[in-house]
Amino acid sequence: MHRRTKEALIKQVFLATAVTSLAILALIMIFLFMEGLPTFHFVSIKGFLGGLDWYPTDEARPDYGILPLIAASGAVTTLSSLLAIPLGVMSAVYLAEIANPKVRAIAKPVVEMLASLPSVVIGFFGMVVLAPFLQDHFDIPVGLNLFNASLMLAFMSVPTIASVSEDAIYAVPRELKEASLALGATHLETLLRVTIPAALSGIGTAVILGMSRAIGETMVVLMVAGGAAVLPDSLFGPVRPMPASIAAEMAEAPFRSNHYHALFAIAMVLFVVTLGFNVLADYISHKHRQVGSASL
Amino acid sequence: MTTPASSAIAPAPPLRRVSLTIAQGRDIRRNGMEWFVFMLLRAAILIVAAALVIIVGFLVKNGISVINWQFLTEAPRNNMTEGGVWPCIVGTLLLSLGSMAVALPLGVASAIYLHEYARPGTLMRVIRLGVNNLAGVPSVVFGLFGLGFFVTAMKLGVSLAAGWLTLGALCLPVVIGTAEEALRNVPATYREASLALGGTKWQTIWRVVLPSALPGILTGSILGIGRAAGETAAIMFTAAVFYTPKMPSSMFSDVMALPYHIYVLATAGTEIEKTRPLQYGTSLVLIALVLGMNLAAILLRAWLQKRHGH
Repeated sequence: MHRRTKEALIKQVFLATAVTSLAILALIMIFLFMEGLPTFHFVSIKGFLGGLDWYPTDEARPDYGILPLIAASGAVTTLSSLLAIPLGVMSAVYLAEIANPKVRAIAKPVVEMLASLPSVVIGFFGMVVLAPFLQDHFDIPVGLNLFNASLMLAFMSVPTIASVSEDAIYAVPRELKEASLALGATHLETLLRVTIPAALSGIGTAVILGMSRAIGETMVVLMVAGGAAVLPDSLFGPVRPMPASIAAEMAEAPFRSNHYHALFAIAMVLFVVTLGFNVLADYISHKHRQVGSASL
Repeated sequence: MTTPASSAIAPAPPLRRVSLTIAQGRDIRRNGMEWFVFMLLRAAILIVAAALVIIVGFLVKNGISVINWQFLTEAPRNNMTEGGVWPCIVGTLLLSLGSMAVALPLGVASAIYLHEYARPGTLMRVIRLGVNNLAGVPSVVFGLFGLGFFVTAMKLGVSLAAGWLTLGALCLPVVIGTAEEALRNVPATYREASLALGGTKWQTIWRVVLPSALPGILTGSILGIGRAAGETAAIMFTAAVFYTPKMPSSMFSDVMALPYHIYVLATAGTEIEKTRPLQYGTSLVLIALVLGMNLAAILLRAWLQKRHGH
């Protein structure tokens, strides 16, 4: 074969492989919609997204309202973000700007190891340690609740937030910091007024990715959120976020029954929400990308 | 020159006693503030480290007494209230290694395209967006997709093969990310030297770039295996079963897996309280496997960075 033709062919093969990710993403979307859309034959979109009752297995009159599940997902994500964002960003600032190389060499792997802990293990920890602890010390009926799930989720999103923010802070050009220090600003002033503002878009991306991880995380909310499909009314009430509902009920839902389709429709909602988060993160990181020191 | 404020504005005023003390006071306040904020930042990283130590320490403390040769090599007995986790270990190893066999070639090839061939533009932007979004898809959604596509439409059934493909898709972004980083770390001079000697683009990639990037790619695949080994939601509808007395015999067998076993024992077992020690033991085996892989990857990367001298 001619050398040129061969080279061109090889390039096409690599291009074809690189498109696999896109193809998988498209397939996921197609399958979710194919199995999820039939839901709207037996319940209206408004009744599905806005309905207050989720009783899909009721023999006489099943209800397919997922508002309590959406609200639960929103609540655990918000609460866990309130804990994870400060912790993650502060850890990142420490790692990128303050830690000396020796501490950094230990602390960075620690963050990575926390990221690698399987979610089922974190859920298990929440069940056997935090739940009894909460029950004993806060005098509440169930230890498996909104607060427990949020706390466990926070520790799952901290590593994401910390490592993505750290990259952003680390990438701030040296000259900017030097200029600030040369003007007489202290280390802290430089950090707060120069470094962090310059890295803000990267930190924003990190926060969104962390939240996206929290909203889609399954095992933790399945094991420790309590599982009650009601609107969250207190910090210590049991809830049932969307991923928990899918994971808990899929095994029992008869193939292509209404319940089965409804669960795929929940996955559709979940998919669209996380896709939205990720596109937003991508948009922010491209729109405000730091290109050298000249663009500031 | 009566108010201290004017001394701050006037160019190089003679330093008088009063303005000096104000400046000193400000310095002390600045330093105090700095000290306080840095302490807060330090506290944050300590909390993160403490979380890891507490979780791992707790599982080690409660699980270590369960771990012995029998536990590791026997099958569960008596409705999974006694016995060991051998079938789960085998299942998890088969699932994670097999999924890497799917993700590694695809991921490395994608990374080669993105880093060596693609020029910045719309196509590259779209592919990257696809990879990033695939990384963000919740694992339970991967599970449903695997159920709908691999298990049902491709008629693989609940099987190792369906699990490999589902987990392979899930790990693909991880592999692409680390492989790209490995390619980025190959100095441009290597490529230039090969091209200058008359090597084609493909010869350069195959004989020069890939061999230099290999250790980095290896690090990535170890991380991918660790990720796949700990994954639960993606395999619970596609590959893993509650209990099976048979060891897997082909790629169409269903399997038991460590993460799913923990979930089953902790939430749906017949005697949740009685099997608590088994749950601790299984969790400990799983985190030993996953953290061991990560530690190996971290050490390998540290060694590589030392070798490259940056």
